[in-house]
Amino acid sequence: MTEDVNGCEKLLCHEERGFEMNKAKKSLWVSMLLALTAMIVIAGCSGNNKPSNEGGAAAGGKGEIYFLNFKPEIASVYEKIAKDYEAETGVKVKVVTAASGTYETTLRSEIAKSDAPTIFQINGPIGYETWKDYTLDLKDTKLFKSLSDPSLAVTSGEGVYGIPYVVEGYGIIYNNAIMSKYFALPNKAVSVSSMDEVNNFATLKAVVEDMTAKKDELGISGVFASTSLAAGEQWRWQTHLANLPLYYEFADNKEYDNTVLAGLAANEIAFKYGDNFKNIFDLYINNSATKSTLLGSKSVADSMAEFALGKVAMVQNGNWAWSQINEVGGNVVTADDIKFLPIYTGVEGEEKQGLAVGTENYLAINSKVSAEKQQASIAFLEWLFSSEKGKKYVTEELGFIAPFNTFTENEMPADPLAKEVLHWMNKDVTSVAWTFAAFPSEEFKNVFGDALLQYAQGNMDWAKVTTTMKDAWKSQKAK
Amino acid sequence: MQKLIKKYFPLFALPTLIAFTISFVIPFVLGVYLSFTEFTTVTNAKWVGLNNYMKVFADKEFLNALWFTVKFTVVSVVSINVLAFVFALLLTRKIKGTNMFRTVFFMPNLIGGIVLGYIWQLIINGVLIKFDVTLTVSAKYGFWGLVVLMCWQLTGYMMVIYIAGLQNVPKDLIEAANIDGATKFGILRNVTLPLVMPSITICLFLTLSNSFKLFDQNLALTAGAPSKQTTMLALDIYNTFYGKAGWEGVGQAKAVVFFVMVALIVLVQLLLTRSKEVES
Repeated sequence: MTEDVNGCEKLLCHEERGFEMNKAKKSLWVSMLLALTAMIVIAGCSGNNKPSNEGGAAAGGKGEIYFLNFKPEIASVYEKIAKDYEAETGVKVKVVTAASGTYETTLRSEIAKSDAPTIFQINGPIGYETWKDYTLDLKDTKLFKSLSDPSLAVTSGEGVYGIPYVVEGYGIIYNNAIMSKYFALPNKAVSVSSMDEVNNFATLKAVVEDMTAKKDELGISGVFASTSLAAGEQWRWQTHLANLPLYYEFADNKEYDNTVLAGLAANEIAFKYGDNFKNIFDLYINNSATKSTLLGSKSVADSMAEFALGKVAMVQNGNWAWSQINEVGGNVVTADDIKFLPIYTGVEGEEKQGLAVGTENYLAINSKVSAEKQQASIAFLEWLFSSEKGKKYVTEELGFIAPFNTFTENEMPADPLAKEVLHWMNKDVTSVAWTFAAFPSEEFKNVFGDALLQYAQGNMDWAKVTTTMKDAWKSQKAK
Repeated sequence: MQKLIKKYFPLFALPTLIAFTISFVIPFVLGVYLSFTEFTTVTNAKWVGLNNYMKVFADKEFLNALWFTVKFTVVSVVSINVLAFVFALLLTRKIKGTNMFRTVFFMPNLIGGIVLGYIWQLIINGVLIKFDVTLTVSAKYGFWGLVVLMCWQLTGYMMVIYIAGLQNVPKDLIEAANIDGATKFGILRNVTLPLVMPSITICLFLTLSNSFKLFDQNLALTAGAPSKQTTMLALDIYNTFYGKAGWEGVGQAKAVVFFVMVALIVLVQLLLTRSKEVES
């Protein structure tokens, strides 16, 4: 009997509870629907609005000239120039800087807006292919006519679509203080006694390997700074270092007198000088401050810091790295000790090889904005590269080696690496052209960079790296 | 009153409707249209028909990313829900400091994905460096790193939902089962679980769609290294769109395919779990 009553009560309760449960369930459903809508909205927003990394782009927007800057390291100088220019001429210049590595992304979203960039940058013939609908013919501008070497410009048919504005050079940067210390060692195993005598791969290798053996005496943790292979930090290898073997390969093609043109025409590559690439790459990772399996977490900034703190003697980079070295807290490298060495890879006759000198920065004017804006933009650039004030900015603050004949010989940048580049350019050596302008795409470079990482970590053998690279070139060309 | 509401309904609905149209409907339609075109910027597009879609299914990287995403989703959905349910069970037992634990477990959910990705990259690399390797050495580190990260981020959130569900299970039902001599496991299986089914539906939905659509964490933690072996679908779409010149339309087509897949999977899941829900 009692049981029955209990059961009854339970049932009653149950029904009441059931009602409550239904309510609870309903509210759950409502909240779920809310969450769903919220997620759809969020997904819609984030999925379709291209992420743009502009700093202060949102503000203003009525600027006559809109300059989309490629180089974050000198963004503040451009701001100053813009202010000065406005004070002088009354024309407003809006400067927006894309965060490192996001220029294409930013440009893509900015140029579709009604207030589009009037001046932007393309990275050579390949960049021109992407942006050819947007680039104005600059053939008749003073800017083009004042180029010291007109063949440097990006051209197509009769038209001139990209004007180089800075010449840069890269190679192996070394700290002469550490090198002198090494050459002064009584027990060194090599016969050379100064860096001037290092003019080929064999000598370089002997010196580097002997230095590694004596690294405790020298107080360094490795000869070379870390070979940075983290995602987005690989450009020193997949672009700059890869330039050397491909430069030699395309230089062998006698049908063209320019390695970039030969590269653009090549649908396939043989990677003939791949072993030379391996030579120097092995030297880098085997004599590095970091174990090769750990390189996947290293960034360029890490490498430059190691160099600036005197922990390593050499690092591969270009003259733009001076500010980076100079700004590291606790920097022990003095401006007088910082020197350049060409990247020797063991190619025959490399004693006469110089630094890799060229440019991948070309100014282009947006052909889709109004004619007044185009004229105003050209006027601004001409002012920057030919007026006294503009030139002062270019050489002193931007630190550009500008390829225009409006600059006289003593109007050259004063930082030690830029001076070294000029020094090497005037030496009796042949500079290596920046052939990577002919590399088919970012994708090609990244695939190669990833393969290099796998190789450094010991997950891939060199033969596989070579085929990966060749396949990537072929498939990126074929698309 | 009713009439008044009816009269002003359009007026009140309008702002939301406008916002929804601008930020969702228009981009969505434009996005679908662009997937049939070749373009550099969204304002000048050339119609190419189904070309892009053909390229999508011939793209090995897309298929790899799909497979990786599926594997990741299965593992993370299971582990997140199991962990969250266990935590929820523990924290509805009147242990001392329950509220503090709940708060602490929920907190990771308040941190953005990119930040979490970098934090975990530091942590994992910090551990792996003892073995002279990093996250990029093998795809399996990246995979398990992502799973751990997602568990850490989502477990707390799911736990809160499960707690709400568990608290709604009538005490007398459990008591009755106890009196009838059911074992603890029996109660859990036959009484509690069926009654928290609505929570399970939601949690599965949230974890499934979140794992499948994962982007920030993937980008920050591994960025696809080594050699794109840990690239998930969303990241692959992003790379296609921005990394390969001339492939913008293909990226767009991938995004449309991706949308259809997510919608289908989630719908099927909702139908399946909803049919398991019972009235108490």
